[in-house]
Parts: sequence; C-alpha cells; structure tokens
Amino acid sequence: MNGIPPHSIPTEHGLIVAAVLFVLGVTGVLIRRDILFVLLSLEIMLNASGLAFIVAGARWLQPDGQIMFIFILAVAAAEVSVGLALILWMYSWNRTLDVDCASKMRG
Amino acid sequence: MTYAFYIASLVAIAATVRVITGTHAVHALLYFVVSLLAVATIFLILGAPFAAALEVIIYAGAIMVLFVFVMMMLNPGPRSVRREQQWLTPGIWVGPVILTAILMAELAWVLTRGGDTGSSMETVTPRAVGMTLFGPYLLGVEMASVLLLAGLVGAYHLAYHLGRRREREREGGKET
Amino acid sequence: MFEFIWLITAMPFAGFAILALAGSRLSRRGVSVIGAGSVGLSAVVSILTGVNYIFQSPPGGAYTQPLWNWLAVGGFAPVISLYLDALSVVMVVVVAVVSFFILLYSSEHMAREEGVRRFFAYMDLFVGSMLVLVLADNLLLLYLGWEGVGLCSYLLIGFWYEDDDNVRAANKAFIITRIGDTALAIGLLLLFVHLDTLNIQGILAAAAWQWTGGSNLAFWAALLILGGAVGKSAQLPLQTWLPDAMAGPTPVSALIHAATMVTAGVYLIARTHVLFTLAPLVQGLVAFIGAATLLLAAASALTQWDIKRVLAYSTISQIGYMFLALGLGAWSAAIFHFMTHAFFKALLFLGAGVIIAGLGDEHDLHKMGGLRRKLPVTFWTFLIGAASLAALPLVTAGFYSKDLILFTAWTSERGSFWLWAAGLAGAFLTGLYAFRMVFLAFFGEAKSAVAERPGRAIHVPLIVLAVLSLVSGFIQMPAAIAPVTVFSDFMSASLPPVKMVPVSWPLEIILLLAAALVPVAGVIFAWWFFLYRPGLTTAFVGRPAAASIHRFWFIGWGFDVLYNALFVRPFVWAARINRGDFVDLIYRGTAWFSAQLAASLSGTQSGMIRRYALGITLGTIFAVGLVLVL
Repeated sequence: MNGIPPHSIPTEHGLIVAAVLFVLGVTGVLIRRDILFVLLSLEIMLNASGLAFIVAGARWLQPDGQIMFIFILAVAAAEVSVGLALILWMYSWNRTLDVDCASKMRG
Repeated sequence: MTYAFYIASLVAIAATVRVITGTHAVHALLYFVVSLLAVATIFLILGAPFAAALEVIIYAGAIMVLFVFVMMMLNPGPRSVRREQQWLTPGIWVGPVILTAILMAELAWVLTRGGDTGSSMETVTPRAVGMTLFGPYLLGVEMASVLLLAGLVGAYHLAYHLGRRREREREGGKET
Repeated sequence: MFEFIWLITAMPFAGFAILALAGSRLSRRGVSVIGAGSVGLSAVVSILTGVNYIFQSPPGGAYTQPLWNWLAVGGFAPVISLYLDALSVVMVVVVAVVSFFILLYSSEHMAREEGVRRFFAYMDLFVGSMLVLVLADNLLLLYLGWEGVGLCSYLLIGFWYEDDDNVRAANKAFIITRIGDTALAIGLLLLFVHLDTLNIQGILAAAAWQWTGGSNLAFWAALLILGGAVGKSAQLPLQTWLPDAMAGPTPVSALIHAATMVTAGVYLIARTHVLFTLAPLVQGLVAFIGAATLLLAAASALTQWDIKRVLAYSTISQIGYMFLALGLGAWSAAIFHFMTHAFFKALLFLGAGVIIAGLGDEHDLHKMGGLRRKLPVTFWTFLIGAASLAALPLVTAGFYSKDLILFTAWTSERGSFWLWAAGLAGAFLTGLYAFRMVFLAFFGEAKSAVAERPGRAIHVPLIVLAVLSLVSGFIQMPAAIAPVTVFSDFMSASLPPVKMVPVSWPLEIILLLAAALVPVAGVIFAWWFFLYRPGLTTAFVGRPAAASIHRFWFIGWGFDVLYNALFVRPFVWAARINRGDFVDLIYRGTAWFSAQLAASLSGTQSGMIRRYALGITLGTIFAVGLVLVL
C-alpha cells in the first residue's frame, strides 16, 4: 500500500465526525435539566464512541473495531434499562424529572 | 461513495443538534433515531455491515423503543414542553458551548496529528467478526452476558419495588 | 569557732521553713518567737564570730568554709562556700543585729496583722538571703542572695496585696531592680568567660594580674557591676522605686529599704573593688553618681509631706554618700557610713512607725505635732536618730562617718573640690530636712490625738539603736580630734586604704569645722523656717517660681514622668497593639485558611448532577490538554 487508495475516506474525517457527535452529547448533558434528556445525551456520547471504534477498525481492516462496538452496545443496553428504572423511581419520589431536585447527596 | 459518507455525517450531526435543542421529548427521541440511522449508513460505507445491522436493530430498535415506552409512561404533554422552553434559555448555552468548543478543538488537534491515511473501504465480513468474537474475545462475550444479566435483574428488582410502592400509595389514597 | 558560720545563714532559713510549713498551727506569739528568735540566734552567733575574729583572726585574715558543690557542668563548678573576712564580719554583725531588733519591734507592731505568719516568714527568708549575699565566697552564690533579697522585697512591699497601689509599687521595685540585676548577670558572665572563675578572691587576683589598668574588659565588667549596684541601691538613674516602696509595712521599710538590702550595692562594689581600681573611668562615674544622687534626693526629701517618703529619699541620699566614698577609693569609709546609717536609719523608720500607728495610720507630717509629750521615748530616740542623720558634731556616729567621707572628698587622689562641695551642700540639706521632720512631728501644737502607746517590745529596739547611733562612731575619729582609726585598721586586711594627698594642718581644721558647722546651720534654718516662723515658709513656697521648683523636687526631679513617657507608655502601646499577637496570627491564620478552603471545597459537593457533569468535562479537557502538551 503506497499512498492514499482512490475513493477512500480519510480516517481523520471519520474521527472528526465522531468527535463532533461526542461533543454534542457532552453539551446536551451539561445543558438539559430534564433527566430523560440527560440520559439521551449520554446515549449520543456512547454512539459517538462506537462510531470512532468502527472508523478505526475500518482503517486497519480488522474486526476488532466492530467487536468493541458490540460491547459498547451491550453496555448501553444494560445501562439504559437500569437507568430508566431509576428514573421511574425518581419520578415516583420527587414527582418531577428535574435533575436539580435529585441533589440529596449534598456535601 | 465518499459523498455518501459526508452527506450521512451531516445528517447525523444535524439530527443530533436537533436532539439537544429540542423541547418536545418524543421529537427529540425520534431525531435521535434519525441520527442513529445515519450513523448506520456510515458504518455501511466504511465496510462494517454487521455493525450497521446491529446499530439499527439493537440501538435504534430496542434501546430507543425502551426510551419511548418510558417516556410515554411519564406522560409529558404540553406542560413539559413549556417547562423545557423555560429551562432552555439562550443564556444557558454560553458556558457549556465554550467548554465543548475547547474540547472539540483539543480533540480535533489530537485526532489529526497523525499522517494522512485513508480507509480502503473494503468490507469486514460478519464472518470475520464472529470468528474473532468467539475466538480471542470469548471472555468479553461472557462478561457482556453477565452484564446484561445484571442489568436485567436490577431492572426487574427496581420495577418490583416500584410497583409495590405505587400500590401502597393508591391504597393510602383510597382510605382517606 | 569559725566552723559555725553556716549557722548564721541557716537559722533564718530554718525559721522561714518552720513558718512556711507549720506556721498556721502556731499562735501569734509562737510565730513572732520563731521569726524573731531565729534571727536573734543568728545575731548571737555572728557577734560571737566577730569577737572571735577580732581576738583570734584566722591566718591570712580570711576564713573560707566550703559547704557543698553546687553543680559541675563542663568547666563550671561553683561551690556553695562562705567567706569570712573583716568586711564580712562587719556586714554580718550589722545585718544580723539590726534585723533582730527590727523583728523584735515587729512582734508588737505587726501583732494584730492578719498575715503576721507570712510577714515573719518572708522577713526570715530575707535575712537569710541577705546573709548569704554577704557571706558568699563566689559571685554566683552572691547573685543567689541578691535575687533572694529582691524577691523578698517584692513580696514584702506588696504585703497588703489587696490594695492595687501596693501591688503596683512592688512591681515597680522589682522591675527596676531587675534592670540592674540583668546588668549584673551580664557582668558575671563576662567575668566568668574571661577569668574562668567566679570565686571572688580568685576574680580579684586574676583581674589584677591579667587586666591592666584602663583595659576594656575591666571597664565593662566594672560598669555592669555598677549597673547592678545602682539598681539595688536606688541610685541614679534607677532610684525611682524606693519612694514608692514605702507602701510596705514600716518594719519592712526599716530593714529592707534602709538598713540592709539597699546597701547590697555598696557591699558589692566594696567587695569587687579591685575591678573598679582597674577601671578608673567607672570609679569616677561611681563618685559622680553618688554626688548627684545625694543632692537630688536631699532636695526631694525637703519637699515631701509623707514622713516615710522623707526617710526614703533620705536613704537614697545617704547611700549616695556611700557611693561617693566608693568612687573616691575610700572603701572602708563607705562601709563605716553604712554601719552608722544602718543604725540611725532603722531607728528613724521604727520611730516613724510608732508615730504612724499611734495616730491611726497618719503619714502626713503636717497633721502631726506636739508628740514629744505623748510619746517621750519615741521622741528622744527619734531626735537622736535625726541628729545622727544630720551628722551633728562630736556626739553622733553620723558625724564621724560623714566627716570621714567629706574629708576624703577633699584629700583623696580622686577627689575634687566639687565633690566636696556637693557633699557639704548635701549635709546642709540633710540637717534641714531631718530636723524639719522632728519639728513638724514632735513640736508645735498637737493636731491629732495619739491612739495607743507602744510597749516594751518597741521601746527596747528604739533605745538600743539610739545608743548605737551615738557610740558606734567613736571607733574612727578624724585625726584632728583624736587619732582613733580602729575601724579602718580592722578593715585594712580586706579593703585597702584610700590614697590621699596630704593636707596641711590648718586646712584640716577648716575642713573639720565646715563639716561640723554646716549641719548645725541646717538645723538652725529648720528651726527658723518650720517651727519659729512657719508662715514665712508657706509664703515663700507660695511664690510661683518657688512653687514650681517645689513641685519639681516633690515629684523626684521628674524621673518618674520621664520613664513613664520614655519606656512605659511605648511598651504598653506596643503591647496593646499586639493584643492580637501577630505571631499567634500565623497559626490561627493557617487554621482559618484551612477552614475556608474546606468550606469552599465542600461547595463543590452540591449534589447537582449537572455540576458534576461540568466537572467531568473540565477534567476531560484538562486530560486531553495534557496529552497535547506532553
């Protein structure tokens, strides 16, 4: 392999896209006050990191990227299910989804 | 092919922006689904068909559906839209945007430091993925299954006690 | 016989120990018996020792009795040992005998005081310390006695401690003498460092051999010792504490602040006379201090209305005479004056105590009068004491000692006309103020009634001291009258005679007449201005110029005001500013800062999820930044 093969996508561009999606997810976590939206933004971040793995795997033509993506997917699934259950609990206690109200662990 | 990649990326980014700026919960969820589909397209372009399939089936199909169900349970309605509008003032964007801009700049610089390389866009077949998954990464597979089991048990446990609590509340409400 | 000299100091200490430990179980009578008796035994032993010394003097004129080793650190190994020579004999006998009579007087005078046990305990401790001071063989033991008498002085001035004024007077005395004590301590260090010993005779021998006359070290050693002496003996510039020390009971004033403690400085200089001979500048300073102080104090004594303050200033003035003698090199003359002064000053104070107690605690001379009929014994003894103080010629002991000093002021190699003139002026003033006291208190019409008459325990000491004030002078007479030099011969073993310029016979007679007649003139002036025509005096003092001089002399020539402005006020101001104690602030500041830091850090634990997310983001930025940089 010498030089850039024709019709290929530069890896940096893919990684930049992943970074942009990740940063958007961070922004969402910092801004939103409704806990469902916070969880959603977390999902955005997870998805973005998965994209980064796939891009890397495609670069090296190895299946490891996709395997990491599978693991990330498993984690996201487990996290979402437990997280949503906790959100339901929080709603039943505080009668609101305002994340600022869940501040009982004050120092 | 490359144009498809850039178009799909733009779609994903735009959809994500709509997710984080939206006030209606369900709309935001649906925008996220669009973003997920766009990312799946990117996977396909990059030669990872298995990952694309998983993205659509599991992420968009299972996880987001779960999200939609819970959201429906919590029954947001127009009141929550108004609340979100109250909370999402323009002033609130300033700080986080600055921070994330810094982060973006740093990431961009880190990621583009290497030489200019390209991906060859050859497909990595599901077969290759499967053989590697149950080969060197077997332990990871088992751990993931344990993780999912833990998630399952946790969710069930929480839901059970939630149900009991709701019952008690209803009975308490009925007695008075 | 000399082996018993340790008893001289041990018995008062034993008295102190008994009174301190078991005194509350004794009756008042028992307390005074132990208190006065222990000192009485000590006086008996000292007299016997003195007699033994006169008739069977030990070889070399001195006897040393080492008692035990005090400590041994490196090359420094002082020994508790007592040294007896002619000077010690005189000092010990005078101190012990006068102390005994004063304590005998106290047994009646202080009989109804509440703290009588405390009084006798402190007095015994004092007498013991003073005797240690006088008998000490090395300067360290002397310093121990020095500090001991300072402590007892403080305790006894503040005897009636419930009154704040007394406490303040005690503090003032202690602090001012402390300044002198510090100088003395530095002098001791200097002597030890350079001469390797603190044994007094050793120091004198080594100094005479190692330091030539006018050497720098001798100058500083002598100057520092002078500093200590000036503090303890209340001379310029540290004389301000003695008039205020009159706040203590009268026996305390008699013993400590007249006869014994204040003369410790004189003793110290006489003991270390070799150092002063090697430092002529300092010796000149001693004479100057003596002359200036005697005039200053005599002028102040003239203006006081409190009888005890008159006597206090008089003490300062008479010790000025002793310093003058020391400065002239007339060591034995100074000790001779010390001896006569101890007798008549103690007598005057005891008499004043009788008057004050008899009139119901009245100190003001202008409120006394006509007491010579009511208190006859007191009157005659007080008169004798005042006559001795004024140095009335031929009959009083004071005349012989003062005349010796005046004569030496003229004839000594270190003497000068001005020193002699100062002494003579002082003699005039002394006669004036002494008999002002007598005339105001005992003559004229009675202004207050006498509440009680003294008993035998008071009269006996008065009479004995009066007799001593008369006869103790006959052992040293001027050559013009009779060639009696018993005292200086006795002292010549330890104190060298003064070097004198020979004077012609007529001059000697003139000097003698001057010394004799000037005090008499003072007495006549006192009679004229205070008894015969007291109206003249009040008119004279009423004039503005005279009144301001009177006021100036009354406040002790402004020294108190000066020291207050120079030292006390700035110190109190600095202490007030530092009330927050800026050094402490460092520690408190550290604690405060930690508390502030904790408070601000605990603010980060708000429990708000978005804040935590913010923290995570910041951390990520920082971490990625690190990757970039490193």
